[in-house]
Formats: sequence, C-alpha cells, structure tokens
Amino acid sequence: MSSIISVANLSKTYGSGFKALKNVNLDIKRGEIFALLGPNGAGKTTLISIICGIANPSEGRVLVGGENIQTSYRKARSLIGLVPQELHTDAFESVWATVSFSRGLFGKPKNPDHIEKVLKDLSLWDKKDNKIITLSGGMKRRVMIAKALSHEPQVLFLDEPTAGVDVELRKGMWEVVRTLQQSGVTIILTTHYIEEAEEMADRIGVINKGEIVLVEDKTTLMQKLGKKRLTLHLQNKISSLPESLSQYELDLCDSGATLVYDYDTKGERTGITSLLSDLRNAGIRFNDLDTTQSSLEDIFVDLVRTS
Amino acid sequence: MNHRAIRAIYLFEMARTWRTLLQSIVSPVVSTSLYFVVFGAAIGSRISEVEGVSYGTFIVPGLIMLSVLTQSIANASFGIYFPKFTGTIYEILSAPISYFEIVLGYVGAAATKSIILGLIILATAGLFVPLHIHHPVWMLAFLVLTAVTFSLFGFIIGIWADGFEKLQMIPMLVVTPLTFLGGSFYSIDMLPAGWRTVALLNPVVYLISGFRWSFYEIADVSVSVSIGMTLAFLVVCLGVIWWIFRTGYRLKN
Repeated sequence: MSSIISVANLSKTYGSGFKALKNVNLDIKRGEIFALLGPNGAGKTTLISIICGIANPSEGRVLVGGENIQTSYRKARSLIGLVPQELHTDAFESVWATVSFSRGLFGKPKNPDHIEKVLKDLSLWDKKDNKIITLSGGMKRRVMIAKALSHEPQVLFLDEPTAGVDVELRKGMWEVVRTLQQSGVTIILTTHYIEEAEEMADRIGVINKGEIVLVEDKTTLMQKLGKKRLTLHLQNKISSLPESLSQYELDLCDSGATLVYDYDTKGERTGITSLLSDLRNAGIRFNDLDTTQSSLEDIFVDLVRTS
Repeated sequence: MNHRAIRAIYLFEMARTWRTLLQSIVSPVVSTSLYFVVFGAAIGSRISEVEGVSYGTFIVPGLIMLSVLTQSIANASFGIYFPKFTGTIYEILSAPISYFEIVLGYVGAAATKSIILGLIILATAGLFVPLHIHHPVWMLAFLVLTAVTFSLFGFIIGIWADGFEKLQMIPMLVVTPLTFLGGSFYSIDMLPAGWRTVALLNPVVYLISGFRWSFYEIADVSVSVSIGMTLAFLVVCLGVIWWIFRTGYRLKN
C-alpha cells in the first residue's frame, strides 16, 4: 500500500521553548484507519495541526498525497478533512449553511446532492435547517464531521471524535468511520479510549513526549506485546505451592483458591501443557479455567511508562 | 485563485450583516440622524456658514467618514476575531486558500458593508440638509479607498486582539478621538495656528478633507496630499498583514 501521508524529521518548538514534536517520522498508508495514541500533551494535536496547516512546523517535511504541505499547500489541503477535538461551530448558522460554507471554502463547486448524502449518512438530515446552537453535543460533533466531509476529502483526521459522546453514539460514530473507510477514505484518529483504537484501527502509533514510540499493525502489536494469562480455579484450596511447580512462577491468589500463570504468546513454548501435567502429578485438581489476553490499554500503559 | 473560497467567506460575512441588521445598519443611521438634529438643526442654526457652506451641510462628509471609519474597523476586526474566539478559524487555516484570498473575503465584506452604510447615511443626510456633490466619482473613490483601508486596519486589530477589551480599545481610544479631532465637525482652519499644526499629524484630517473636497470643493489640505496619505496608510496596513501571515502571528502559533 502506498503512503498518503509522509512525515519526515518533523519538529515543532513553541515560542516558549517547549518542544512539542521531536524529529517525528511517520507514514500513513492509503485507505487505512490509523490510531494515534498518547497521553495528554504528547503532541498528537500538534502533529495533526501541522499536517493540516493550522500550525507551522519548526523543521521537517510533510507530504500529503505526494504534495508538500508548505510549497503545494492548495493541493495538499484539498485532500484533507479535519475534525478537531474541540466543538468549534458557528452557533447562529444553520447546519446546511455551515456545511455548504465548508465545501465552498475548499474550492469545490456547489453540490447539494453530496451535502444531502453527508447529512443523511450522519443522521443530520432532519436538522438541516436548525441553528447549530440548538443542537446537542453529539449532533454538533456530527456537524463537524459533515463539514470535514463536505469537500470529499481523501484523508480524514478525527481528533478525539468520541470524547464526551455516550456509548450508543460512539458506536454509531464507529459505524460511520467504517463506512468511510470502505468508500476509500484514509482515517487518522486520535483517541483516549483504547478500546476505540482496538476496535477500529488497522495500525496503531504511540506518541509520547513529542516522539513516536511505536508504529505497528494492531494485530501484530497485540501478538508481539500481548501477554496471556491462564487462571485456574482449584477444586480445593492450597496453602502453598509444591516445589515441583516452582519453575512456572505461578501466583497463588484468593487465599489459595486460584492459580494464575502468565505466558507469552510469542514464545515458542507457552509451557501450558507441561504445567497442566505437573499439576496433575502434584495432585492439584481444578474445576475451571480461563485465559485472558492483555488489552491494548495494558500495552499502551506499559509503553508510555517505559518510554 | 480559489474564487469559491473568497465567495464563501464574503457571503458568510455578508449574511452576518443581514442577521444583525439592527446593529449593523439601523443603529449607525439612527446615531447619525441624531448628530444632524443636534449639530445641524439645533446648534448648527446658530453657527454661521463655514467657507460658504451652511454648517449642517458642512458636517455631512465628516459624519459619513466618522461612520465609515468606525464601522469598517468594527466589521473587519469582529469578522476575523470572532472565528478566533469561537475556534472556527481552524477551518480557514486548514483550507486550500491563500492569505491574500482570506483578506479579500473578510476585508471585502467589511468594506462593502461600510460603503453601503456610508451611502445610506448620505441618503439620510439628504433628508435633513440640501446636498450637492461636485465630484461624485471622487466622492465614491474616497469612500471606497477609506472603507478598504480601514477594514484592513480593522483586520489587523482583530488578529492582534486576544480579548473583547482589546478589540474595543483601539476604536474607542484612538480612532474615535482622531475622527472627532480630524475635522468632522469643523474646518481645521478654524483652529489656532499651533493646534492646526498638531491636527496635521492626524491621518483622519486628510481623509475628511479629501472627502469634503469631493462634495464642496473646499479642503483643509490639497487633494493630492489627501489621496497620498490615504494610500500610504493602505500600504502600511497591507505590509503589516503580509507580515502577520508570513510569521503566523497570533494565528498559527
């Protein structure tokens, strides 16, 4: 897959001397959903702002669709739709007027059919004549997405798209994003909800203190860094572990009622077979077992802590 | 050139005017009418003619300029400050549009509004005093030049301001005094010699003088100096705006 966005050696130092981005290199593939994760102040919004033309870079180069965002900004920006984190809207405009305004701003000829489709896709059609000030927070968020989609962008930036949005609406938003991806739009989203990245993204990038810590396919990342945990619920409580099981680094929990075994899925041997056989030999019987995989959240917390 | 974007910004700004018709048009017309009642009819009837023109008639160009100056600044500064305040500026900055086109959209709309307003006030003045415009083309030229120049100045204030107080500060504390002292209500020839020299440092004197010349062929300073000074201020404003966009001052940092 070719890159639709290519960021090379990008740095940003604010007037105060604060380095928001330090030599960032990143390629976004055409057609993917890329989730950018990072704690508050990590540089996510700064990175997006520079790519979209809202902030000036201090150093480095960004190409969007092969066009340099500084020397060929018209072509580069016309490919991008941006939904910022904050709900910035023209309170006294109607939904239809504000979305049509965005299309004009991006130099596209009027196309009421397209605006109608966007509004219908985002369940805003019946609100098209309402003033934005009368809409709920979730609807305002969708109006901002509609504005970003009004000029048929190839890349859509969603900066915290579901912040402050209830569960039902969040799932609706995910549906919208998936449909967009199917129509060929590349999506870059930042989020605090790890489950959102886990649910949606093809690839995940982690940014911390202005540096890209990691970029990986989501599934590879889960496999690579994901640990599994086997929990055995014992038939009879035991007070201590027999010597023969010492090699497994087991944890005895719940006052001796459960045994917990962490293993690495990337290892050649998980040790589960021998553990189970050694348990039987030691006369320890269990009546249930379950396995859990560490979530992206655990991985993320680990990464940010160590970087 | 992204014509559609310029059009979108221009129409968006003009739509704001129609939405706030009372504030944008009616209120300046009412206040100007009050000036005519007070200065033209009540006090003006006791003042002798100024340079061969009745006092009520004499103040018409100055009153129009007073409104055009303040409204150009108010319209343009608010036009660009408000998106900064609400955050919707992100869309302008991320659109495929050049700085020149952004200025054209905002300043074009602000200037259009104040030109319309100036003409409405002129028409209103015609109801109170007899009017004869000697050089209508020059009158329009001065009106347009002043509206554009001061809309550019307002645009700069709107970008510079980081609060509503600052937005009001320059128009209230600088522009209004300069306009009142710039010969809106009198000829600077009426001032004592020393004050006359001081008055010539006021750029508004040149605008009003030139504008009044286009009406009655009477001027405090020569017309070419008036045009020259207005153009000079226009160039200074353009220079500052060029610098603002080049550096991203208060927009991109």
